[in-house]
Amino acid sequence: MEAATILPVVWFCIIGFGVFMYVLMDGFVLGIGILALFAEDEPQLDHMMTTAAPIWDGNETWLVLGGAGLLAAFPKAYAVMLSTLYLPVLLMLVALVLRGVSFEFRFKATTSKHIWGVCFAFGSIAAAFAQGLMLGAIVEGMPLQGGKYLQGAFAWFSPFSMLTAVAVVFGYALLGSTWLIMKTEGALQNIAFMLTRPLVVVVVAFMGLVSTWLPFLSSQVMARWFESGNFLWLSPVPLLALANAVWLWRAVMRRAEYLPFILALTFFALGFAGLVLGIWPNLLPPDLTIWKAAAPPESQGFVLAGTLIMLPAVLGYTWWSYSVFRGKVAADSGYH
Amino acid sequence: MSDPTVLLLSRIQFGFVMSFHIIFPAFTIGLASWLAFLAGAYLKTRRALWRDLYVFWLKIFAVSFALGVVSGIVMSFQFGTNWAELSTRAGNILGPLLAYEVLTAFFLEATFLGVMLFGWRRVSPPLHFLATCMVALGTLISTFWIISANSWMHTPAGYRIVDGVFHPESWWSIVFNPSFPLRLAHMTLAAFITTCFVIGGISATYLLRQRHREAAQLMLKLAVCFAAIAVPLQVVVGDLHGLKVRDHQPMKLAAIEGHWETVRGASLILFAWPDQAQEKNLYEVSVPKLGSLILTHDIDGEVAGLKSVAPELRPPVAPVFFSFRAMVGIGILMLSLVAWSGLQWRRGKLFESKVTLRAWMLMTPAGFVAVLAGWYTTEIGRQPYVVYGLLRTSQAATVIDAGSVLTSLIVFATVYLFVFIAGTYYLLKMLRRGPQPVEQALLHPEERTAQRPLSVPDDLIEPG
Ligand code: HDD
Ligand code: HEM
Ligand code: HEM
Repeated sequence: MEAATILPVVWFCIIGFGVFMYVLMDGFVLGIGILALFAEDEPQLDHMMTTAAPIWDGNETWLVLGGAGLLAAFPKAYAVMLSTLYLPVLLMLVALVLRGVSFEFRFKATTSKHIWGVCFAFGSIAAAFAQGLMLGAIVEGMPLQGGKYLQGAFAWFSPFSMLTAVAVVFGYALLGSTWLIMKTEGALQNIAFMLTRPLVVVVVAFMGLVSTWLPFLSSQVMARWFESGNFLWLSPVPLLALANAVWLWRAVMRRAEYLPFILALTFFALGFAGLVLGIWPNLLPPDLTIWKAAAPPESQGFVLAGTLIMLPAVLGYTWWSYSVFRGKVAADSGYH
Repeated sequence: MSDPTVLLLSRIQFGFVMSFHIIFPAFTIGLASWLAFLAGAYLKTRRALWRDLYVFWLKIFAVSFALGVVSGIVMSFQFGTNWAELSTRAGNILGPLLAYEVLTAFFLEATFLGVMLFGWRRVSPPLHFLATCMVALGTLISTFWIISANSWMHTPAGYRIVDGVFHPESWWSIVFNPSFPLRLAHMTLAAFITTCFVIGGISATYLLRQRHREAAQLMLKLAVCFAAIAVPLQVVVGDLHGLKVRDHQPMKLAAIEGHWETVRGASLILFAWPDQAQEKNLYEVSVPKLGSLILTHDIDGEVAGLKSVAPELRPPVAPVFFSFRAMVGIGILMLSLVAWSGLQWRRGKLFESKVTLRAWMLMTPAGFVAVLAGWYTTEIGRQPYVVYGLLRTSQAATVIDAGSVLTSLIVFATVYLFVFIAGTYYLLKMLRRGPQPVEQALLHPEERTAQRPLSVPDDLIEPG
């Protein structure tokens, strides 16, 4: 096979991996922010934030990789998506600005401390909402007009994208609560347990809703799932997701500490896989396939070489930094 | 071609978010290396002062770095939101450079930053030093790639154009494009100098207020020494950079110099009011022949003027002309201050001379101003092109409604103003408090001399 056929597939996988890493890793940090609303007092919120303080920046970098990777490998998709989703992207960016600076400012502040708690919570919720919105809009797809994106400023608004937006907020909250179960003890852990139970139910319900809606959105997704016997070999995905949800529920009920987080991650992985299977081989359904959007092999190949060397190194030292901060996080382990 | 209002708004927005972003890298690039130096000095000598200084600057660094990161993420999406045509046409070239930046630099900085800030008590001092070095290295690698991308837009090389889209032909020529080496040197030096003048300026302020004597004297001496090497070097690099501009972007140079006519033996214009409509300078003060001598190293060398191209191909002259003079003016001020400080030092009066200390204090923000002025010269001088000579800025913008862009501009302006004021407030608060002896409890177990119960003084940064 030719490079121009195979490289876009490889890049689809790499960017998929990058976005997936982002969703998991910043997902739980944003989740902490969403749950900030439930913190009983300022020290408890400090404690919640301390569990993520050393790693949030590295986690967020996966988003930058997703963006830069898309520009490098599929410049056309990058241009179309970001300009069509102009306002949701704006919302996400300013929300991430507020969320990010809160980590530093909150621990430097005295009288204005609560402002940064509010910014942290608001920023996290808005960022999660905007990401869900973008996800919904992309999955739902947008027909291009003459290869362009003249859709109007609100083309992304639809009942489906609103649904995914809310679903992602709850999904991230679940990641956040299971993370807190793993990283804390005592009162805070109790709160996390209490929040996790309803969250599991809500998230499973949202997942069900999105999955049943999905095939009716576009004939293409419908075809992918229900035509020519595909359903048979794709059916493990929803079945596994269901089994995963049950297992997660039980793990939470018997107050396991590590398992809920891991099962929340795998639950997300399955959901993600379902969505990606639905839109493949498009980047932006229905018109923009990975081959149409691809940069020439000279570009894709050049970055691929660096990715193959650097990505394992990045994963290696990320692993190392997590292991430096492994274990339960005490309330007072900041550097401030 | 997009709507002129959208174009204008997008340009204002880009200039604004970029100017906001660059303030922080200009500081953190130098600061990261300074921290690595402090950590190394402490490891070697075990003198407590080095450690106290490290912790002090670390907190300043953390706040600045966070602002750099969040504003940088905005930048990396701007290409798609506001410059979609640029992304479509030049994405094949700019994308890979940015992707390399993420892979080789951003992950390195971000990951080791966590260990650097919070790993104190969890990793050994040498490993902690290593983490600091990795962050410093990350900032330098980041500079390498982003300056390469930016330089390529000034002096494109190694490409082929297919249906209006740039395709890479030689990555070596793309990365090491003609203006890249000097721009990288000039920007890296600029970042180091910016940090150096902040450190020197803060030290001078402490000395004037009779506080933190020991630390302040040490830091001021280091700042003077560093500036004595870096500032003269910067002037030389800047001059060479200017010669490159002459070769590759003659109209930018003409705007910098304020030359309208193409002449031999051009004068050096010190001050003037360039008038774009009348195509001439008002109130000109100049030195005959010196212009040609500097620019061509020949008294009768020919220098191209703005009128040699059609009016719509000329950059806006006044902003380029004035921002260049601001940068060079600051460069000369810095040079004079360093020379003067050296003299005072030899006389043994560096710490007593109120004039010298006040001058350092006033020059604290000079680097930031020079960096911004330098970028305005470079970027505005490139107009009306975004990829020089090949792609007009007006062809690069997203086709979108003006309402969206106006909304984003207002939102960014509001949010940035808010976080900028807050950030500055916390930074000033920490600077006012100054370096403090690090509490035993904060140290790595190896370094503790006596066992004390763990307690974290949350009020460490309260004004003292
Ligand atoms: C001369 C240096 C320089 C220049 C011209 C720029 N940057 Fe920058 N950038 C840095 C030097 C830097 C840095 C030193 O690496 C930062 C500053 C603080 C930080 O956290 O890293 C950074 C942070 C930073 C981040 C966040 C990285 C992270 O998540 O850790 C992004 C996405 C960008 N930048 C992107 C850009 C883009 C798209 C630019 C141009 C249009 C740009 N930067 C100009
Ligand atoms: C870091 C310091 C930088 C500053 C302060 C800066 C500032 C500016 C300013 C003020 C403009 C507007 C010029 C005008 O419209 O008249 C501009 C244009 C532009 N710059 Fe930069 N720039 C910097 C670096 C970069 C880098 C590193 C890149 C890309 C990798 C870049 C890409 C662009 C683009 C695409 C434009 C065209 C859009 C426009 O004209 O506004 N810039 N920049
Ligand atoms: C006095 C001696 C100096 C000279 C002759 C000089 C020369 C130049 C020239 C000709 C440019 C434009 C390059 C272009 O348009 O492509 C430039 C840009 C720039 N200058 Fe300077 N400069 C001097 C001092 C400084 C100082 C002291 C600083 C900061 C501390 C500084 C920071 C910058 C920056 C950040 C840029 C934009 C990036 C670049 O193009 O390199 N310069 N300088």
